[in-house]
Amino acid sequence: MRVTITPEIVAEHGLKPDEYDQILRVLDRAPNLTELGIFSAMWNEHCSYKSSRVWLRTMPTTGPQVVCGPGENAGVVDIGDGQVAIFKMESHNHPSFIEPYQGAATGVGGIMRDVFTMGARPVANLNALRFGAPENPKTRHLVSGVVAGIGGYGNCIGVPTVGGEVNFDPGYNGNILVNAMCIGVADADKVFYSTASGVGNPVVYVGSKTGRDGIHGASMASAEFDENSEEKRPTVQVGDPFTEKLLLEACLELMAGDAVIAIQDMGAAGLTCSAVEMASKGGLGLLLDLDRVPCREAGMTAYEMMLSESQERMLMVLRPDRAGAARAIFERWELDFAIVGETTDTGRFIIRHRGETVADLPVDVLAEQAPIYQRPWTPTPPLPHLAAADVPDTDDPGAALVRLLGGPHLSSRRWIWEQYDHMVMGDTVQRPGGDAAVVRLHGSRKGIAATTDVTPRYCAASPREGGKQAVAEAFRNLCAVGAKPLATTDCLNFGSPERPEIMGQLVGCIEGLSEACRALDMPIVSGNVSLYNETRGVAIPPTPAIGAIGLLDDIDHMATIAFKQEGDVILLVGETSGHLGQSLYAREIAGRKDGAPPPVDLAAERRYGDFVRGQIVAGNVRTAHDISDGGLLVALSEMALAGGYGCVLALPKNAGPPHAWLFGEDQARYVLCVSPDKAPGLLSAAGARRVPITELGRTGGRDMILDGRLIQTLETLRHAHENWFPDYMEG
Amino acid sequence: MNSCVIVFPGSNCDRDVAVALEASSGTRPRMIWHGDSELPACDLIVLPGGFSHGDYLRSGAMAARAPIMRAVVAKAKAGTPVLGLCNGFQILTEAGLLPGALMRNAGLKFICRDVFLRVENNYTLFTRGYGPGQVVRIPISHHDGNYFADSATLNRLEDTGRVAFRYCAADGLINADANPNGSLNNIAGILNETGNVLGMMPHPERLISHELGGSDGRAMFDALTALVQCA
Repeated sequence: MRVTITPEIVAEHGLKPDEYDQILRVLDRAPNLTELGIFSAMWNEHCSYKSSRVWLRTMPTTGPQVVCGPGENAGVVDIGDGQVAIFKMESHNHPSFIEPYQGAATGVGGIMRDVFTMGARPVANLNALRFGAPENPKTRHLVSGVVAGIGGYGNCIGVPTVGGEVNFDPGYNGNILVNAMCIGVADADKVFYSTASGVGNPVVYVGSKTGRDGIHGASMASAEFDENSEEKRPTVQVGDPFTEKLLLEACLELMAGDAVIAIQDMGAAGLTCSAVEMASKGGLGLLLDLDRVPCREAGMTAYEMMLSESQERMLMVLRPDRAGAARAIFERWELDFAIVGETTDTGRFIIRHRGETVADLPVDVLAEQAPIYQRPWTPTPPLPHLAAADVPDTDDPGAALVRLLGGPHLSSRRWIWEQYDHMVMGDTVQRPGGDAAVVRLHGSRKGIAATTDVTPRYCAASPREGGKQAVAEAFRNLCAVGAKPLATTDCLNFGSPERPEIMGQLVGCIEGLSEACRALDMPIVSGNVSLYNETRGVAIPPTPAIGAIGLLDDIDHMATIAFKQEGDVILLVGETSGHLGQSLYAREIAGRKDGAPPPVDLAAERRYGDFVRGQIVAGNVRTAHDISDGGLLVALSEMALAGGYGCVLALPKNAGPPHAWLFGEDQARYVLCVSPDKAPGLLSAAGARRVPITELGRTGGRDMILDGRLIQTLETLRHAHENWFPDYMEG
Repeated sequence: MNSCVIVFPGSNCDRDVAVALEASSGTRPRMIWHGDSELPACDLIVLPGGFSHGDYLRSGAMAARAPIMRAVVAKAKAGTPVLGLCNGFQILTEAGLLPGALMRNAGLKFICRDVFLRVENNYTLFTRGYGPGQVVRIPISHHDGNYFADSATLNRLEDTGRVAFRYCAADGLINADANPNGSLNNIAGILNETGNVLGMMPHPERLISHELGGSDGRAMFDALTALVQCA
């Protein structure tokens, strides 16, 4: 079947007329349909980063701890003792909105493959989720499906899902965000990359069979294209975590030997992307024989096979003399193993099918000559500072507290994480619900801490400050458990880059992220960009989700948020100005959505964070919590609820308006809690390091007491905090 | 103690239970592939948690028909202690070594959290380390843990002390609120007639040290180790 490429077909493949002209120029002929499909897969935004690349290049990606930065399947960071952590976060937004269970499940499966492709055993999964307003009729269904999908995949494969974050906002009514993160651990001398080498080496396909699921073009209903085609399949892939578990074990078994030259998982754009990447990085050509590709159904065309996004597949280049032993491993795990091609020195990507050459394209053009756009952008106009005096005070802080803790933004996420196996692998030493999750490095006393963070309402108000704040909050969450922050991954979720104001958000957020990552020594080692998150011209709030990891040298020197006993001294680290602009109090209690977000002082973040971590590592502090959404009173309540002890607080003399002091969202702050005998030492240590520290009160009782007045009982707070989510989901 | 952990495709708590067994006994268990048909001489066989064969047909149904299971059944009938945890419990019921079935949780959701269990029978190979009626905290992590048996079977289990563990409140009270998954009579674990086969949904191997948040699970592995050392 020979299809003439019309402007309509070009447009349906998401290629602009000038992009198609570029294809005609480099080929010196018209592509056939399979070739056009390959170009569209390689040159789309998802694979080529054509709108974001010029800005991504400006981000800090190096440091002494970085073994491998962006460009591989995941980032690689040194964690000492001959080991590395390999991690990345990736979006699966569009599919999850269409089919939440499978969309989320395959997002988890994809990110885990990115990690074990590099030779690491996954040890922890996290996620960052954004849903529409709770009252939006679709939200409940989407939450239910996404959570079940994440659990269904991670639980089955047996990797603990230890942390994450969730927001609800009407800005996500038409586009939810599902960002999945995976962390793996490997020996430093056993990391595998995707650079092919050698000529005539076998290209091997392993894993599941190829089906018609996930074909980008399957949504195209053009008559000239589908005269013989079967019914259109949904474009969302279907996950099979059992097969992925087998693939994981088989790959790691194979990687223990020396058979693998290069390996690349088949994610977006499946066979096309994995083959081109490996050949391009090695400066080679690659020959594929599609007749040898294991297929789930008969009669698949070359176009379908090259664009299928069937899950749980890998492509490898092996040493020829090891192919037999490799086959034995995969057959033992009952997985397909097929030699589907070989490396060549031609620099061409040649595909044969049914005895014919169906594509013959230059590798370097596909991989490296995708268009790059310097898109026009307009900066987001700054918002004026919102004075605390302009935000109505509350005469009942206890009622405000119940509304905040018992609402969609701050309620307990237990309903979610109890559906995730967060303990399998037997190394989860800090479970969900704290500042950062901690998994022990198997067989050692060390631990990896991990967190995901971003505050989209700050990013919307000021992309630059919001970008800084996302990294700063991740930094604080790691410091608050006693971990040394190591590195960062990001998922940049935005609307259409073709609109200058959206591009302005992207640029501002990247500048803020970059500044913070530099200042806090947390280079960005991996990530992805998800653009066009908009519906009918309405874009999502800018959401540069940050995933960060840190290292604990001794898990016995770790802090948790829970108050530990009665009579402990409660201390506030950091400065409180009472910043209410873009705070949850202003939004939810006072109905004010205006004002600049809290400014982020990165030098202060660094100094205070280093101080808090130092005190935890020295064994002086076992209770710490960063202050973020909702402010000080919310942080104290979370500590009280986690420990089952109340607290008795006194408003400092210079506190200013109480509502701003209690609910302001000033950055660079922590609550610490120590026994009375440790308090003087802590105060003097803080003074010596120019770290502001204020005594707030003592733990004890079953209530939150401020200046002798009952703010709220823990029982009331717990009821509100724990019940919002299950009650909402019950509908 | 020589123990064998059976590894099915999709097992994912095999390493966890091996770590727990080694921590108690000092001896690393042998990992036995499901496709093997013979078991070495051993003091204990463990069927670990996980999703054998993806649980795609019915939890444990395909694993129960694995070649190794003929050897497991033979050893169990000859008196070798067999411990099935979570998916292992499901496999034991599918293999006919324990009565009843594990149905989908009453709430239709996967549940992972610590629960309290009351030790209903501490005169067993597995539970000798616990006091009578002791309340222990052990995590569950399953989608299909809703124990069901016909009333005659249930009566037989109850009348002969074959209920090893029951879900309970922190104070040991057995009630519906403490039942996480709808199991009949709050049953969390049962024994076979001869007391050498225990199946339970909770995961004692997950709480064996303070770093993990508790050590109530450790007494089971310690007791099994002590038993062998005495023998």
